[in-house]
Amino acid sequence: MSAGSLLEVNDLRVSFRVGGLSARLAGRATEIEAVSGVSFSLDRGSTFALVGESGSGKTTLARALNGLQPAVAGSIRFDGQELRGLSNAGMKPVRQRMPMMFQDPVGSLSPRLSVRSLLTEPFAIHGLSNRDLDTEVRRLLALVGLPRDFAERYPHQLSGGQARRVGVARAIALDPVLVIADEPTAGLDVSVQGEVLNLLNDLRDRMGLSMLIITHNLHVVRQIADRMAVMYLGRFVEQGETEAIFTKPRHPYTAALLSANPEPDPDKVHQRISLPADVPSLLARPKGCEFHTRCPQAQPRCSTEAPLPVVVGDSRLTCHFPLNT
Amino acid sequence: MTVLDVRNLSVDFQTEGGRLEALKQVSFTVPANRSVGVVGESGCGKSTLINAVLGLLADNGEITSGEIVFEGGKDLARLDADSMRALRGQRIATVFQDPMGALNPVLSVGRQMRDIQYRSGLSKRDKDARSVAMLRKVRIPDPESRLAQFPHEFSGGMKQRIAIAMALMMEPALLIADEPTTALDATLEVATIELLKDLQRDIGCSVLFISHHLGVIAELCDEMIVMYAGEVVESGTTREIFHDARHPYTQRLLACDPARLSHRVPRLPTIAGTLPDLRHRPPGCVFQPRCDRADTQCLTVPPRASLGGSHSARCWHAEVPLAEVTA
Amino acid sequence: MLRGILREPLGALGLTLVAVVVLSAIFAGVLTSYAPSKISPTERFASPSLLHLLGTDHLGRDLFTRVLYGGRIALMIALGATLASLVVGVVLGLIAGYGPRWLDNIMLLVFDAVKSFPTVMLALTLVTLFGPSLYAVVLVVMLVNVPGYARIIRTQTLVLKSAEHVMAARSMGASATRILGIHILPNIIGPILILVSMDVPVVVAIEAGMSFLGLGVRPPTPSWGAILNDGFANIRDSYWIVIAGGLPIVLTTLGFTFLGETLRDLFDPRLKRRS
Repeated sequence: MSAGSLLEVNDLRVSFRVGGLSARLAGRATEIEAVSGVSFSLDRGSTFALVGESGSGKTTLARALNGLQPAVAGSIRFDGQELRGLSNAGMKPVRQRMPMMFQDPVGSLSPRLSVRSLLTEPFAIHGLSNRDLDTEVRRLLALVGLPRDFAERYPHQLSGGQARRVGVARAIALDPVLVIADEPTAGLDVSVQGEVLNLLNDLRDRMGLSMLIITHNLHVVRQIADRMAVMYLGRFVEQGETEAIFTKPRHPYTAALLSANPEPDPDKVHQRISLPADVPSLLARPKGCEFHTRCPQAQPRCSTEAPLPVVVGDSRLTCHFPLNT
Repeated sequence: MTVLDVRNLSVDFQTEGGRLEALKQVSFTVPANRSVGVVGESGCGKSTLINAVLGLLADNGEITSGEIVFEGGKDLARLDADSMRALRGQRIATVFQDPMGALNPVLSVGRQMRDIQYRSGLSKRDKDARSVAMLRKVRIPDPESRLAQFPHEFSGGMKQRIAIAMALMMEPALLIADEPTTALDATLEVATIELLKDLQRDIGCSVLFISHHLGVIAELCDEMIVMYAGEVVESGTTREIFHDARHPYTQRLLACDPARLSHRVPRLPTIAGTLPDLRHRPPGCVFQPRCDRADTQCLTVPPRASLGGSHSARCWHAEVPLAEVTA
Repeated sequence: MLRGILREPLGALGLTLVAVVVLSAIFAGVLTSYAPSKISPTERFASPSLLHLLGTDHLGRDLFTRVLYGGRIALMIALGATLASLVVGVVLGLIAGYGPRWLDNIMLLVFDAVKSFPTVMLALTLVTLFGPSLYAVVLVVMLVNVPGYARIIRTQTLVLKSAEHVMAARSMGASATRILGIHILPNIIGPILILVSMDVPVVVAIEAGMSFLGLGVRPPTPSWGAILNDGFANIRDSYWIVIAGGLPIVLTTLGFTFLGETLRDLFDPRLKRRS
């Protein structure tokens, strides 16, 4: 484990059981592997983005890191400690240093708790109630740019942006080392997204915070992440430095994703890489390279042989015929 | 021919905290065979606008002034419930953000598509044939076998396409699409936009497309209006607005869109302040409290300043070009 | 909320009836100078008069007094047993909903088994085991109500288990107790409370029924059901005893039912508030 590495994930696998006894007797698949062998490392003080569409497994991966979803194989090393297999009690001190923010800004706040209660809950959970909680609440609200009287408000009285900021305040309450943010800009208006991203960047600079951002919004990734990984059907197809990937995507899926963003310019002629129809079901994974059923440059080899990860420059990718090399 | 002509529409809601002015003097037109986009953020009144057009305002809402002229004839604001019901689904169709708003989970897709055609007088077989043709048009693979399937057997993107198929099956004059791609991934979103463009040309209907996603509006729509706090602050062709927006709100909105940025910036632009309380509207221009160009003149309601062609903005200071703001 | 209840005619009526019953039970000692079990053989089967507002029963006991003190029993059981059922039902429901699947399955089986026993048979069984008493009544009430409450709480818990704010709490390291007590329970308790208030009259009826059958409180304790029983036995001599026993049961049941229904309508989010 290298010096700057805060989080190291190796060949992580997470499966779900679907269908019961009857399915098993009928010979149908009863397990889906939402995360199939993911490996990456996150350095201290940096921001790593997990990009993927629905069904790619990115949310499951994030939950597995926090222990909300048990991983069936692989390893998760956080600051030198192995997390996989830890009990709830064992995870508790880890969760103090590695909090998580969820997608729905208002929905992730307990509806009957005031903002003050929401912000002091982390202290209560980790036995730190002897601190001056009033001061802490004031400090946290100030850090995220919310006025003091918001402490008495309830979640339904907050706008999306305000609720998101309360979520951020709650996440940084106990001076964490790594924050996992699941779709931090989801449900927010464009004019408010900037506020949240600026806030997260500020906190990273001020507190030396490391961040793992899960998102399907590529524009956000470019503005906030140093490194990124693109997920498809539970696997990383490409990972590396954000700028490098944006300027020279090497995996066809990455290229398609990047070209899929409608641009706010009506005159722009689109060289869009269209992907045929839908993502295959996890119950019926394609053979060979799993992307070959939708890949615009699939070759015969792609449907029979699964590509192994290769390192090209600073990126890692799994493709038999990478682009831009 | 104008399919929809909204003139000075105002809608109020009666709430515990007082009278809420949700829409104020909204005016715009949807010409035949064109796509018009409605851009705005939460609280701008887009949903209220659609509900008013469709006659689906909540009990505590009322149209206090204005007209909604449909196909040059009926005023939808004054139409009785039965006539309104006859129009909905036939001449005016809708697609919502959640396809399950249109799809009944306990009926097969074929049954639902047949039900929509109840006024056509066709036989069951003919109705199914039309359904299959429609499903093929929205690029659902293997449509014949799909008729017997249920909504939950389809993915999100497919459900949305089925909802679009159902909306367009009776060849309405106007399709109202309320954030139909917001819940879809980027690759699905662009596919759906392409689909809507093709279908609109094919069927020859008009589309009123509501979204907060600027990129989608730019690609799909010919004309657009920008809404803020219940008012239309700017309107024109999409070219005019994206290349030369003049209202400060539109300019700031365009500047905030991270899709516009081609590289990483140290600080992302935002719009300072918050939406005003629509129960106590600010005097004069509704954007004035948050505008950095505001002066005393802005305390009186600005007129609709014509900026050439179909482009107009409700602002006293519409001279500052977009390039200066986004520099 | 009080205003809301009083605005509805049935709500106002219900609240009044409940208030009358509760207050008269509490102030029984003030409202009557007789002792409820004081026997006066010379004054048997007296009709209502100024001396005895509801007359006397077969043992010369003042019926008005017995009804007032019977109110104490009824309310104690109604409120006490209902509260106990609520607490037990909520706890079991939370465990069934939040705990492992196998535990849930077992508990559901138990609930359904208990629920399928006819109340009278249950009462008879318990009385055989414990003898007729206040405790038997309370136990019957609980066995009747707990499975229902537990099931409702269980379903609500299952729904909230995967809510984002619960996930968020789990991700912070919150214990199961904290999650159940702070993040789940306060959000689901509302509808149950309304149900409970609608069940109070049912409990009153259960107690009355059991006492009527001689399975409840032992004489000479003045339970309304016992009075009813005495009344039927002596109906040829005086019909006032039956009235004395039956009337309070009817009034209390109506009162709580009206009150509960008004509360339920008040809290129904589907009824849009009109200005």
